Amino acid sequence: MTAAATTPTPPSLPLRIHDLVKRFGELTAVNGVSLELNPGECLGLLGPNGAGKSTLIRSIVGRVIPDSGTALVFGSPADSNQARMALGWVPQDLALYPRLTCRENLEAFGQYHGLSRTSLNGAITSCLDWAGLADRADHLVSSFSGGMKRRLNMAAGLIHSPKVILMDEPTVGVDPQSRNRIFEMIEKLRTQGISMVYTTHYMEEAERLCDRIAIIDHGRIIAQGTKEDLVTDAFASRSEVFARFGKTDESVSAWVKERGGAFDNGIARFTLERPTEIASLLESAAAARHELVDVSLRKPNLESVFLHLTGRELRD
Amino acid sequence: MALSFILPIAFFTIFAVIFGGRHDTTPRITVLIADEDHSHASQQLIRGLAQESLVVKTRPDPKRGVEQPEYTATSAEAAVRAGDAPVALVIPAGFGNNPISFAPGAQRTEITMLKDSSDMVAPQVIAGLLQKVAMTSMPDAMAEQGMKYTELYAGGFTPEQRKRMNNELEQLRREQSRPRSERSGQSSEAGMAIAVKTRDVVGENKNNPMISFYAAAIGVMFLLFTASGAGGSLLDEAESGTLDRVLSSRVTMGTLLAGKLCYCSLLAFSQLILMFVWAWLVFKLDFIPHLGGFAVMGVSTAFAVAAFGMLLASTCRTRAQLGAISTLVILIMSSVGGSMFPRFLMPQAMQKAGLLTINAWAIDGFTKVFWRDEPITHLWQQVLVLVLIGITLFAIARRLARKWEYA
Repeated sequence: MTAAATTPTPPSLPLRIHDLVKRFGELTAVNGVSLELNPGECLGLLGPNGAGKSTLIRSIVGRVIPDSGTALVFGSPADSNQARMALGWVPQDLALYPRLTCRENLEAFGQYHGLSRTSLNGAITSCLDWAGLADRADHLVSSFSGGMKRRLNMAAGLIHSPKVILMDEPTVGVDPQSRNRIFEMIEKLRTQGISMVYTTHYMEEAERLCDRIAIIDHGRIIAQGTKEDLVTDAFASRSEVFARFGKTDESVSAWVKERGGAFDNGIARFTLERPTEIASLLESAAAARHELVDVSLRKPNLESVFLHLTGRELRD
Repeated sequence: MALSFILPIAFFTIFAVIFGGRHDTTPRITVLIADEDHSHASQQLIRGLAQESLVVKTRPDPKRGVEQPEYTATSAEAAVRAGDAPVALVIPAGFGNNPISFAPGAQRTEITMLKDSSDMVAPQVIAGLLQKVAMTSMPDAMAEQGMKYTELYAGGFTPEQRKRMNNELEQLRREQSRPRSERSGQSSEAGMAIAVKTRDVVGENKNNPMISFYAAAIGVMFLLFTASGAGGSLLDEAESGTLDRVLSSRVTMGTLLAGKLCYCSLLAFSQLILMFVWAWLVFKLDFIPHLGGFAVMGVSTAFAVAAFGMLLASTCRTRAQLGAISTLVILIMSSVGGSMFPRFLMPQAMQKAGLLTINAWAIDGFTKVFWRDEPITHLWQQVLVLVLIGITLFAIARRLARKWEYA
């Protein structure tokens, strides 16, 4: 007997989305999105409100049926039982039973995922520890603060120890202290090698937590890569200068336009090839007798990339 | 807001139909008659009753076009036991020889009234109509009046005759003045023109005649409210977003609804147990001897009301909407179905309309168990209907719940 020559099967990616489309009547919420999530990677999905982030996530977890395209979780269709067991979903809105205790909530969601009593007890303990809620395990959720509810909301999505986690804006509406706590929880997950899709419209979150970032607007992925790739692709080595004037009139606007800049919320923004060019910019303003109140030079960030690509602020 | 107007109008209409829709003063009660005398007098009596506002039946309805034999005392009693009619009259052989008499001591042939004691109205109406048909009133007054006319037109009585007449009249008055329960003879209607002996053939040994009826009637109504409330957890989950989370797990909408159906059924059955145990402990309901029948009826009723709760929940979009709609529907079902007012006292049309409700079938089943002492096998009709109702309502609820399944 001879062994047949076989081509090794490439390992299935934690998540592979191909040309996904979802329409709600006239509105195309997701418009041909294709994405890949690598093992242990945290992929940020960055876009303003209404960009299609949540619809895309809901398509992956089977709460929205796409009009076309595919979503595979470790090679299995996203609506299969294997995929559902591998996926953990933290919805944007709190999805908890307020009249149950913290522990009872986790028990309920664990049972929905088919966990046995033994594994459920262990999972509850580890989720409570992870979320820092062990001391409030037997308290009613309705008595929790917003931040605690957010943490429990995340823990409930992880009760069945998923290999891929979809976090849909988990820090919406929480105070800075709770937000930092949530960041720590997510960073702890990252050390465990869990693959994650993290949607947000906060650039700082994407920069801090994500390995790669996909920028989504009007249902389309308009750019993706590491933060450095995105900035380099958009700006190369250029820098940005932001200037605020003592008074803003037509002559100032004309001068800004003449120097290749643009006004945004009363602040003029210029792109410079080299940081040293700021000196000539200041001299030109002085020569034109425009009073500068505040000038700052900074390297472009994701906000700049989004503005550059869409012409809109990320939080518009 | 709309309910503030709809609910009172709906209730007014229902009760107006029950109480105000009749054009005559006497409800059309069905009475079965077993004529064992076949005399001129018994036939006259039957014809007279038939002219009243009654449904008089001397034989069962034809079966498959075949005329059935006339009722006998035995078959009439069986029919009352089965709930075909609340009252049966047995006219015994020899009735025609002495159909009417006034004096309690007179030689009388008593008509036997077989009654279902759960119906407290029909026997009274029949008893009254019997006397009306016999065209009699107070026996002592009639006798005294008769004496006066005899004296006036026949020239009076001899002293000996007057003495005997007065003695008889005095005896009659004494008899009339005594409490009814102490009067001589077995008949409670001894002074009436037609002697009638009444006998309970259903519930004769019951400790408390209407307890089983109301335990079922009130129980089913509150079961419907309970099921509606429990079904509302689906709406809570939809509103809180937990439904999305549940459906993103391995649980499908079908599984979820089936689980809630089981929970609601269990809850409703537990509530029924509590209700009947309370009736047993406090009102001496014969619960223990009827455990089997109770279990069968309880489970089928609980299943039907649970499915009803699922349907209501899946029809509505919010808890508030569910509260309003369930109140309207359940109160209407309960009033038409006999939870508030016994169906046998309703007009025929309303009684038939009641069969569209879970209440009616459940109450009928529990009545068979606790009132008529019927065996479990006789419950097949009620059980079958309740189970079919449950399956149908659940299937519709499952279909409607698709709105939560996907976007």
